[in-house]
Amino acid sequence: MQVSMTVNGSEVSGDVEPRTLLVHFIRENLRLTGTHVGCETSYCGACTIHVDGTPVKSCTMLAVQANGANITTVEGLADGDNLHPVQEGFWERHGLQCGFCTPGMIMSASALLAENDNPSEDEIRHGIEGNLCRCTGYHNIVRSIEYAAAKMRGEEPAPPDWTQDFEGATA
Amino acid sequence: MYPRSFEYVAPSSLDEALAALNDHPGAKVMTGGMSLIPLMKLRLFSPPLVVDIGRVPGLDSIADGNGHIAIGALVRHAATASSDAVASGAAALAQAARLTGDVQVRNRGTTCGALAHADVAADQPAAALALGATMVARSAGGEREIAADDFFVDALTSALEPNEILVEVRVPKAGAGTGSAYDKLGRRGGRSDYAVAGAAAMVTMDGGSVSAARVALTGVGTKPTLATATADALVGTDGSADAIKAAAQHAAEGVTVLEDLYGSVEYKTHLAQVYAARALEAAIAAAG
Repeated sequence: MQVSMTVNGSEVSGDVEPRTLLVHFIRENLRLTGTHVGCETSYCGACTIHVDGTPVKSCTMLAVQANGANITTVEGLADGDNLHPVQEGFWERHGLQCGFCTPGMIMSASALLAENDNPSEDEIRHGIEGNLCRCTGYHNIVRSIEYAAAKMRGEEPAPPDWTQDFEGATA
Repeated sequence: MYPRSFEYVAPSSLDEALAALNDHPGAKVMTGGMSLIPLMKLRLFSPPLVVDIGRVPGLDSIADGNGHIAIGALVRHAATASSDAVASGAAALAQAARLTGDVQVRNRGTTCGALAHADVAADQPAAALALGATMVARSAGGEREIAADDFFVDALTSALEPNEILVEVRVPKAGAGTGSAYDKLGRRGGRSDYAVAGAAAMVTMDGGSVSAARVALTGVGTKPTLATATADALVGTDGSADAIKAAAQHAAEGVTVLEDLYGSVEYKTHLAQVYAARALEAAIAAAG
C-alpha cells in the first residue's frame, strides 16, 4: 500500500505491506535509526515518537495508520546545531548510561514539557511511566528533565545536587 | 516481530466499515490498535482482514447528554481521562481511563476499544459495569443496545457479534447523592499496568444511608464481575467505614476467583475485599 506522511518536516512516502510497523518504516525505509526497537510489546517505550504532536509507541502502530500524519522523531528535535533543551539536559545531567532508552525518554519528556514546563518531580515520573530504563534508576533522567524544564522557562537550571535522593531527602 | 500478513482497509464511513465486516467473516475492527496489534505481533491472533475505523468521521466525541454521557468509538483513553463531563458525571470511568496503560497507550487506545477487547484485568470494563453503562452496537442490519451486565461474556469475549461495531458507550450521569470511584493494584506495583485486582464502585446516599450500590471487580476472574453480595450488604447501612469494611468482606462471594501469574486465589480474594472497600470509600466520599 502507498503511504505518505510528514516526518521531521519533510514529505515522505513509500510502498508498504499493511503489516509494516511504523517503527520499521521509519528505521528501514527512511533510515532514521534514532528511534529504537526495544521490547516490541508496547512496554518499554524506546520506539516513542510524536504523531500529530502526541507521544505514541511506533512499534504498536502500523505504517498505514500513520498515512497523512505529521511525525517527529528524535532526529527532528534539534534546531540545526542547537540541541533541544531535553537533549541538552540529558547531556548536562548524565541522563543516560547505555543510551538505548534515551530517544524514547527524550520524546516522552519533550511532549510532557510542551504541555507543562514546570512539572513536579511526581509529574515527571508519571510523564515517563511508559518508558523503561534499565541503567539509571531514573534519577538522572528526572534531573535531566528538570534541567530542560528550567531552560524552557527561561531560567538558569540550578546546579546539580548529586547527593539528593529521589524522595528529595539529602544523603 | 511482524504480524502475519493481512489485508487492511480504512473506510471513510461507518456504512462502508459495516459492509466490510459483513462481507468478510473473520475480519477484525481496529481503533487505536493498542490491544490488537500486540496480539497480532505475538501471532496469538491473525485476522485475514483488519477494518481500521480510525478514519470514520463522527465517532470521536464525548457528548454530555440528558441523563447520560455518550463516548464515541474513537475517543481515546486520554480524552476520557481528561474530560470534565466524564469526571463529574462518571468519575469511576475517568479514573479507570487515567490508570489505563501508560501515556503513549492512552494517546492511541480508545475507551470503546478497551471495552470491546474485554481483557480480564482491564480497568474501564469494571468501571462501565459498576456505572451500569449501555453499549451501542451497530451492524449492517441496524443498531442494538447491550447492558454492561450482559456485555462481558468471558475472557476477551464480549457480547458483540463479529459483524458489529461498538459505536458508543452511554454512561448514566451521576445524580445528586451519587458518587463513583475506581482503584486497583497494578502488576508493576502501585497503579501501573493491568490490574492484579481492582474495583469500581457507584453509591447513592439518601438521608444519611446507602440507598443503592454497585461494585464491579476486575483482575480476579475471567471477566469483570459484579460483587453483588457486597453491594447488597452495604445498602441500608450508613456507609461508615465499619459498614464498608463489613460489606467488602463479601466481595468475592459468588465470584469465581482464578489464580494467575500475579496472585493466588487467596491473595486475589483478599485484594478484591481491599479494593472493593477502597472504591466504596471513595465513591461514598464523592457522593457527598
